[in-house]
Amino acid sequence: MIDSVRKAAKTPDEPMPFAELGMKPDEYARVKEILGRRPTGSELAIYSVMWSEHCSYKSSKVHLKQFATKAPKSEALLVGMGENAGVVDIGDGWAATFKIESHNHPSYVEPHQGAATGVGGIVRDIMSMGARPIAVMDALRFGGADAVDTRRVLPGVVEGIGHYGNCLGLPNIGGEVVFDPCYIGNPLVNALCVGLLRKDQIKLATAPGPGNKVVLFGASTGPDGIGGASVLASATFEDESHAKRPAVQVGDPFMEKLLIECCLELYAADVVVGIQDLGAAGVSCATTELAAKGTGGMHVDLTRVPLRDPSLRPEEILMSESQERMMAVVEPRDIPAFMAICEKWDVPATVIGEVTDTGRLVMTWEGEIIVDIPPGTAADDGPVYERPYHEPAGQAALNTDTPDRLERPSDLRETLLKLLGSPNLASREWVTSQYDRYVRSNTVLAQPADAGMVRIAETMAGAEHAPTTRGIALATDGNGRYAKLDPYAGAQLALAEAYRNVAVTGAQPLAVTNCLNFGSPEDPEVMWQFAEATRGLADACRALGVPVTGGNVSFYNQTGSTAIHPTPVVGVLGVIDDVARRVPTGFTAEGLRVVLLGDTREEFGGSEWAHVAHRHLGGLPPQAVLEAERALATVLVEGARRGLLAGSHDLSDGGLAVALAESCLARGVGASVALSGEPFTDLFSESASRALVAVRPEAYDEFASLCGRHEVPCYGLGMTGGDTLVVEGVFEIPVAQLRETHEAALPALFG
Amino acid sequence: MSAARVGVVTFPGTLDDQDAARAVHLVGAQAVPLWHADHDLKGVDAVFLPGGFSYGDYLRCGAISRFAPIMAELVPAAGAGLPVIGTCNGFQILCEAHLLPGALTRNVSLHYVCRDQRVRIEQTATAWTNAFEQGQEIVLPVKHGEGRYVASGETLAALEAGGHVVVRYAGGNPNGSLNDIAGIRNEAGNVVGLMPHPEHAVEELVGAPGTDGLGFFTSILKNLVDA
Repeated sequence: MIDSVRKAAKTPDEPMPFAELGMKPDEYARVKEILGRRPTGSELAIYSVMWSEHCSYKSSKVHLKQFATKAPKSEALLVGMGENAGVVDIGDGWAATFKIESHNHPSYVEPHQGAATGVGGIVRDIMSMGARPIAVMDALRFGGADAVDTRRVLPGVVEGIGHYGNCLGLPNIGGEVVFDPCYIGNPLVNALCVGLLRKDQIKLATAPGPGNKVVLFGASTGPDGIGGASVLASATFEDESHAKRPAVQVGDPFMEKLLIECCLELYAADVVVGIQDLGAAGVSCATTELAAKGTGGMHVDLTRVPLRDPSLRPEEILMSESQERMMAVVEPRDIPAFMAICEKWDVPATVIGEVTDTGRLVMTWEGEIIVDIPPGTAADDGPVYERPYHEPAGQAALNTDTPDRLERPSDLRETLLKLLGSPNLASREWVTSQYDRYVRSNTVLAQPADAGMVRIAETMAGAEHAPTTRGIALATDGNGRYAKLDPYAGAQLALAEAYRNVAVTGAQPLAVTNCLNFGSPEDPEVMWQFAEATRGLADACRALGVPVTGGNVSFYNQTGSTAIHPTPVVGVLGVIDDVARRVPTGFTAEGLRVVLLGDTREEFGGSEWAHVAHRHLGGLPPQAVLEAERALATVLVEGARRGLLAGSHDLSDGGLAVALAESCLARGVGASVALSGEPFTDLFSESASRALVAVRPEAYDEFASLCGRHEVPCYGLGMTGGDTLVVEGVFEIPVAQLRETHEAALPALFG
Repeated sequence: MSAARVGVVTFPGTLDDQDAARAVHLVGAQAVPLWHADHDLKGVDAVFLPGGFSYGDYLRCGAISRFAPIMAELVPAAGAGLPVIGTCNGFQILCEAHLLPGALTRNVSLHYVCRDQRVRIEQTATAWTNAFEQGQEIVLPVKHGEGRYVASGETLAALEAGGHVVVRYAGGNPNGSLNDIAGIRNEAGNVVGLMPHPEHAVEELVGAPGTDGLGFFTSILKNLVDA
């Protein structure tokens, strides 16, 4: 028998399984207070999932606020935080929307599907802004490269990302792969998508206009990712078959590709009033959020939801996380046109309800009312926690255990080769060759470039007469070791590196997205890391003039009481006026001057050298000097605009030595350089705000004076040429040997 | 003469259709979109079957597309001499439709592979390769999980003997194809299928380094003008 609103009113004392659904007693009491009665099973399903950490940000909200309150003024920001994704003005009438999101836990349970549906989810977020998705990237973290479980997780994750993205026809233009034992049991899969739209065609998740129809379209609904709801179904119906459901959703990229083309045609035909993708919390989330942001009311007949498994109960339908589904609000007169477009693309679409002005979200099942709630109470008024936090007990000891005590190497040639062949610095070819980087024919830069870059050359309704020379660049970065040593500085360094990676390609950094991966917020020490990291990131965004447009928080990345290193992953989007002026990575020709920008200090805390040579983590990370970072970017962007730079590469993990080696590997061009300071520090320190550029000799004076004007230290190190990397008086390594070392590592580990 | 019209077919799940259309435009021809569900070739002078995952590659790559309405028009037209090229998924569809012999199976590595691949033009007597030199080596991207060309010993021998191998992998075989075969033609030379993607090597700024793919598009123009 159905647990209807009528039944709930008559049986006020019936116990409900709120604890099994992860709800605290006081949260359940609040639901009862809001409704003035006990919730029905379906209502409990909605509140439990909407008030979960994942959907409500209840532990992080108070800290995330800083991204808005400290946000720098930005004329480029068209849509800020709080929508499906932020939107940035990139000029000539075009706008870009981008966001990064985690799919960590599912990717551990089932690496292939977990990672695949991570890509699918973020792509739908971008689609729901009215945009055509144009590229993806992923920031990945795995346990030790030689750990047995990494051999299960990594190939599955890479295959999942590859299969889904490749079938969708989205170029994969970059990302990160980092190994550290702290991620064993808690791999991180952060997927980023960027989309393109006309500035005047932004769509929002809203359901205005009483009488407008609510359409569910895309895949049918099945028993995916509804572990929690099964408790309700079996508690209510004593049905064993509902108890065992797969926890991880399964993706169908073919349906998603059809959805993309279908949505773009729906937008072009102007038959969509509001739109929302179905991600976590499925129909619960889409209906409550659309209704809350619209006229305020909605009536939905859940019996009309097309099911893949006809035995699903309403509670399960509400919580199902079946993939490749969207919900649109459509004016009644546009329904025939809407349906015709869906039919053209073989996308099933069903009217399941309509917008009302009652201020209530009402759902029926076989004629009985099973949900009757004010939608804002589920969507917006979830609990907010001021979680206690304090500095971790071992933090001071960690910071005083500096790398100063570590023995310095005597053979720097050996040190470079060892670093270059280490899992974190070796060629990513084994991973990236499984991703299509060419589809859509707009990829200007992709891995191993510092940032991915695509030109703006999509044909789109309303843009027939809007040719542009512009392109966008994107990079993600995040160093968990730095953040472990100092979460405030670590988050700033993550932003600084992504910002620099965008700038070295010649693009002006414009906006930020972030994926904050942490342990349990109920652990005050983890919460301190989170508070520090968000504070650091918000301060750095203000200093660099790039606002946060959106992102995602992933808590509970821990095994037992051991949390991962705090890992804020930061994505930066930049714009280049003329893609033809992009700066390629590394040494692109012989006879170029090799120039180092920025100052080098003795900074080895959290460095790749300390990690590889001594398995040491202690001291403090490099200083984040944001004024220097900003000046460096100005010089790089202006240098590119004036055509002064023939090649570039940012300095980060492994310092100058690794940057030189990678620059030689880019086109197989050697170089000969001389150092002025102590060789080990010059070569392997990881001081921030530095980049390597290759400058044509005749352009050097102009570039040097540009650096002088912006107070960016500029050091001529030598010249490109030959087939060997020569560091005068220190070592000589043939480029062929660098390549062999660089390329052998991952295939040796993963086959 | 008015611009040559090259049809570019879109199936559900086709991905490289806009790329192919852009390459057609680049050489001065007109790209005509063709829809899988139409029984209409719109009077085009040649047809390009682009890559992708038509019908999600479900059942077998190209196996469902073969039955699309547009194919009912394309197969007899190809038989009558209409120049047709299929790249990647397009090649798979041509094999499934029996316009070309053999089949494309899972890469021996069992991994999808995207890389810039050196290939050799083995046959210039086709509608799509006449702008190249015999034996010319060029670089084109490959990007596929099922690109391993297989055929019976008899078919292979016939392909080789008849000079029907059009493109062969050089400097490493990315998928384990028999005889390093990257692309083949039919008896008449009007139908060509290959796994590499010429449409991703037509502009210096994007795609593979170089513009080696342009030859496939200039070939068809030359072919149409000469015809």
